[in-house]
Amino acid sequence: MRRYAYAIPYWLWIGLFVVAPIILIIYYSFFDIEGHFSLVNYETFFTPVYLRMTVNSFWYAFLITACSLLIAYPTAYLLTKTKHKQLWLLLIILPTWVNLLLKAYAFLGLFGTYGAVNALFEAIGIGTKQLLFTDFSFVFVSVYIFIPFMILPIFNALEKLNPSLIDAARDLGASEWTTFRRVIFPLTLDGVKAGCQAVFIPSLSLFMLTRLIAGNRVITLGTAVEQHFLVTQNWGMGATIAVFLMIAMASIMALTGNKKWGVRQ
Amino acid sequence: MKFSRLYLTFIFFVLYMPIFYLIYYSFNSGGTMHHFESFTLDWYKEVFADTRLLIIVLHTMIIALLSSSLATIIGVFGAITIYYAKHRWKQTLLTLNNVLIVSPDVIIGASFLILFTIAGIQLGFTSVLLSHIAFSIPIVVLMVLPKLQEMSPTLIDAARDLGANEWNILTKVILPYITPGIFAGFFMALTYSLDDFAVTFFVTGNGFSTLSVEIYSRARQGISLSVNALSTLLFLFTLVLVVVYYVITQRASAKGGQK
Repeated sequence: MRRYAYAIPYWLWIGLFVVAPIILIIYYSFFDIEGHFSLVNYETFFTPVYLRMTVNSFWYAFLITACSLLIAYPTAYLLTKTKHKQLWLLLIILPTWVNLLLKAYAFLGLFGTYGAVNALFEAIGIGTKQLLFTDFSFVFVSVYIFIPFMILPIFNALEKLNPSLIDAARDLGASEWTTFRRVIFPLTLDGVKAGCQAVFIPSLSLFMLTRLIAGNRVITLGTAVEQHFLVTQNWGMGATIAVFLMIAMASIMALTGNKKWGVRQ
Repeated sequence: MKFSRLYLTFIFFVLYMPIFYLIYYSFNSGGTMHHFESFTLDWYKEVFADTRLLIIVLHTMIIALLSSSLATIIGVFGAITIYYAKHRWKQTLLTLNNVLIVSPDVIIGASFLILFTIAGIQLGFTSVLLSHIAFSIPIVVLMVLPKLQEMSPTLIDAARDLGANEWNILTKVILPYITPGIFAGFFMALTYSLDDFAVTFFVTGNGFSTLSVEIYSRARQGISLSVNALSTLLFLFTLVLVVVYYVITQRASAKGGQK
């Protein structure tokens, strides 16, 4: 019996901070701004304004994930070929320990009208461009922030790959591209999935970047939730958007399969 | 081969460029992030003279240390609970455990805001501390659980045969075995807490602020080089933390190797 006593705080945590918040969010989504029970929030959500916002969020999240994957896969692959790979990997992870806000803040300087990037553009003859407060800068900074989370699982998957399989493919006459397409990539798919999860879900709900970098030009679902909870105080609407975010999250988890959760991570 | 080296160099350059850009301009007397006038330490002086900022740093540290310690204690017992759970329950518990890890920060923040408002907890130190403990627990569990799973169950049986009671088994067998996992969990919780912005932003009241929230509100007002100076100091602090973590884990694994 005494074995269960020490589990009490953990059970309390599950009840209070895992289950209760989900129920509360769903509960609040059925109340309008005056506190009356209604489905008005759901009606509002299915108006073009919010539907466009949803499509937009998904589009940006998809762009961010795709760009991260395209850059991260070769990086992870090349990292496994380096000599001191653990050290290099540590150096990839290190920037994630620098506060997110500071990295976003750095880009305010880098992308500014007189910033380093524009100075470079000026020098090579492209001329000064408006970089800050555009969707390009939003996607770029997001990819910058998320890329280590994509590299890490892919790197781990590549490390687990049995190298004799690659040799075997080569011996059987497969070209380098065929080996990659038919052997390496399918066997590291779990890492790719884990990486996509780690990037896609948070990028659906970014809000400080949309404010700092995109200057409110990009409104994602996350921005809308923050807006409703902290600015307009319309908790019901915010909760409704949160419900849809949770549904999206659950479907992504189901889609990419989370069998490996808990074992590695 | 040449191309691959070029590619990696480019990636590392892009990864570190913003950080060093911040650090470089923290020594600029010009007051902007684009034209370096002359070397100065004024911004650092400004940081150290800013009592409000120093109190915020102190708050952030207290929150981080307290929340990660408490989360580690609860998380370790949570991992043991999951370890002992029957197979069917194990999967459910793990799923519940991972909810907060995969949830977007905005949702965690918003739902905790509702929770604290309903529970009548005033927004401020308590609410921030409770939220940080809450989102750190699953991370600790995930760091500790693999250690428990790789521990041979015969160890516990042997201890029991030799007359150890539950308490002895816990303190003499299980805890020593999973110590590296506990340290890893603690440090992960610490970095999550130090790094968190979104959740804190939701549950912090008017009078209380952590560094992330403070940096956000300063960055929204535009560029101020004292933020750069602050980020340099934070970066150095992070480096120290990484080295400490590295040394601890190396020592732990070296010890494990000897046994």
